[in-house]
Amino acid sequence: MQLTNVMASFSPRKRGEGALAPARRKLKVPYIFIFLCMSPWLFGILFFTAYPMVTSFYQAFTKFNLIDKPEWVGLENFNRMLFEDTDFWLSLKNTVWLAAISIPLRIAFAMFTAWVLTKPKRGSSIYRTIFFLPSMVPAVAASMVFTYIFNPAYGPINRGLEAVGVNEPPFWFMDPKWSKWGLIILGLWGIGDTMIIYLAGLLDVPKSLYEAASIEGASPWQSFRFITLPMMTPVIFFSFVTGVIGSFQYFTQAYVASGQVNDYSHAMYFYATHIYFTAFRAYEMGYASALAWVLLVITLICTLIILKTQKRWVHYPNGSLFK
Amino acid sequence: MGPLPERITIQMSNALSHLSPEKIAEIELHSKKAHRSKRWHDFLEMVGNHSILIALSVIFFMPLYLVIVISLMNKGQAETRSIWPSPFMWSNYVEVFTLVPFLKWTLNTLFVSVMGTIGVVVSSVPPAYVLSRLQWKGRNTTFIIILGTMMLPGQVTMIPVYIIFSKLHWIPSFLPLIVPTFFSSAFSIFLLRQFFTSIPDEISDAARIDGCSEFKLMMRIVVPLAKPAIAAIALFAFLGSWNDFFGPLLYLVENEDLWTLGIGLNAFQGIHHVQTNMLMTASALFMAPVIIIFFFSQKVFIEGVTLTGVKG
Repeated sequence: MQLTNVMASFSPRKRGEGALAPARRKLKVPYIFIFLCMSPWLFGILFFTAYPMVTSFYQAFTKFNLIDKPEWVGLENFNRMLFEDTDFWLSLKNTVWLAAISIPLRIAFAMFTAWVLTKPKRGSSIYRTIFFLPSMVPAVAASMVFTYIFNPAYGPINRGLEAVGVNEPPFWFMDPKWSKWGLIILGLWGIGDTMIIYLAGLLDVPKSLYEAASIEGASPWQSFRFITLPMMTPVIFFSFVTGVIGSFQYFTQAYVASGQVNDYSHAMYFYATHIYFTAFRAYEMGYASALAWVLLVITLICTLIILKTQKRWVHYPNGSLFK
Repeated sequence: MGPLPERITIQMSNALSHLSPEKIAEIELHSKKAHRSKRWHDFLEMVGNHSILIALSVIFFMPLYLVIVISLMNKGQAETRSIWPSPFMWSNYVEVFTLVPFLKWTLNTLFVSVMGTIGVVVSSVPPAYVLSRLQWKGRNTTFIIILGTMMLPGQVTMIPVYIIFSKLHWIPSFLPLIVPTFFSSAFSIFLLRQFFTSIPDEISDAARIDGCSEFKLMMRIVVPLAKPAIAAIALFAFLGSWNDFFGPLLYLVENEDLWTLGIGLNAFQGIHHVQTNMLMTASALFMAPVIIIFFFSQKVFIEGVTLTGVKG
């Protein structure tokens, strides 16, 4: 009798509620250990996030050149931004243009490359490696290589275009009308990491849905439109949000490419570039802080708008992440 | 159980018995035809898929091919439109080290990247552990704050952080690039937490009942089980530093002795006026470690990206 009781308490069915649960409850929460473990993060967020955010918010209302004490100027910085600083509007326009074109293109291209990767029965891992590889290449090196590839005189892109009969191929990075397209193509080349997320999403779509659809006689387009696309909306939503945040921080590729070709018309002058030049070339720290805070507000508003619309188009099979 | 298949066979033969032998032959022919046309269709589809994939592979691979090919050309040929080096200038790969302080740049980059990787791993494992393996008040709030900081644009904190480092007289030096990594990375905590959560609680419970301390539990049991995730954050941290341009641009530019590959390469043209072949040689050497690392750790990478949905 007693023996069976003991045995029962070790049976897997009872483990959770019976024998071990009281023992777990009895364990004290090791708060000192928790504090010690969290301390790198805690001090990090205090020194490198919280304190700087407060300071930079204050500096946004000051004139500050790094040497003299910050001088309070009220809303002067924002006034200057809106009404005097033409570079602010230029950089904002360039950034919004780039985001509006490149985010949808990136989503479509990532979806397409991931989708073709799911097709073959054999050999898809070698293609996956090749597609993923460019996303590993350092941004500086990639930008260098692309300014060469797009060189109008001896770059292979224009050579190819001429070969297929384009008489006056664009001057790419050397032409203000085309330089942003060069950057977009450079971005699409490094799509690999985004593609992997899409690939994982596509492989997660239950096969039974496609089988059911094909029994019902759905065309490939219909099964893409009514199964794949709805199932992929969480991934699309995610890359949309990160795409918006990323566009406002787009810096290295544009900086390197414009340094290579002498971007006299500032066609590759983006918001992050404007902050960099204001802060670290002109040493106008106060004004740069104001620019940074406007950037934060713009990104927040964009993210909130996307979050608000998600109820209408994002489909979560297992319940929403953000309720 | 036994008689069932037999019954079915009898029924089937009954069903077929009213058909003439010609009819049966016709049906068989049809099904063979259907089978053959399905195989033909599958074959066409395979050819179609692979041609799209091969075309895409060529596009993705072309820039890498060009870097290698041009890096082996002489100065004159690099500025023509040829796509095959003649003669092969293997000496470019030696010359680049004398033309610019390439070795120094490489060692600087390596130093910053290795230290940064150590910093991220050492300072991200403990927070991730207590955020996933222990129940405590404020845990979820902390996690949400961590997720929030991942979304925070760096520009907002950049200027005051720069001022802190300049007051410490750490500019120019490697310290502003290395020290912050020892204060955790939100991304790495997030990735590790996702992985730690998947380790069954029973393992910890058993060890706790045996009197194992939390620290020992973390180091001896959870960390060894989470090797793939730790490898992933180490790789992302290493690549992040290796590929970083903005950090070195802020903190190292003033002292040429401290330049990393990114800064050096960007300044390449200023130092020696346009030498496309050398620029490509340097680019190839800059990319090489990253690509080699990728080939040896592809699985870790792809799992890491999939686990979090982002790259470092």
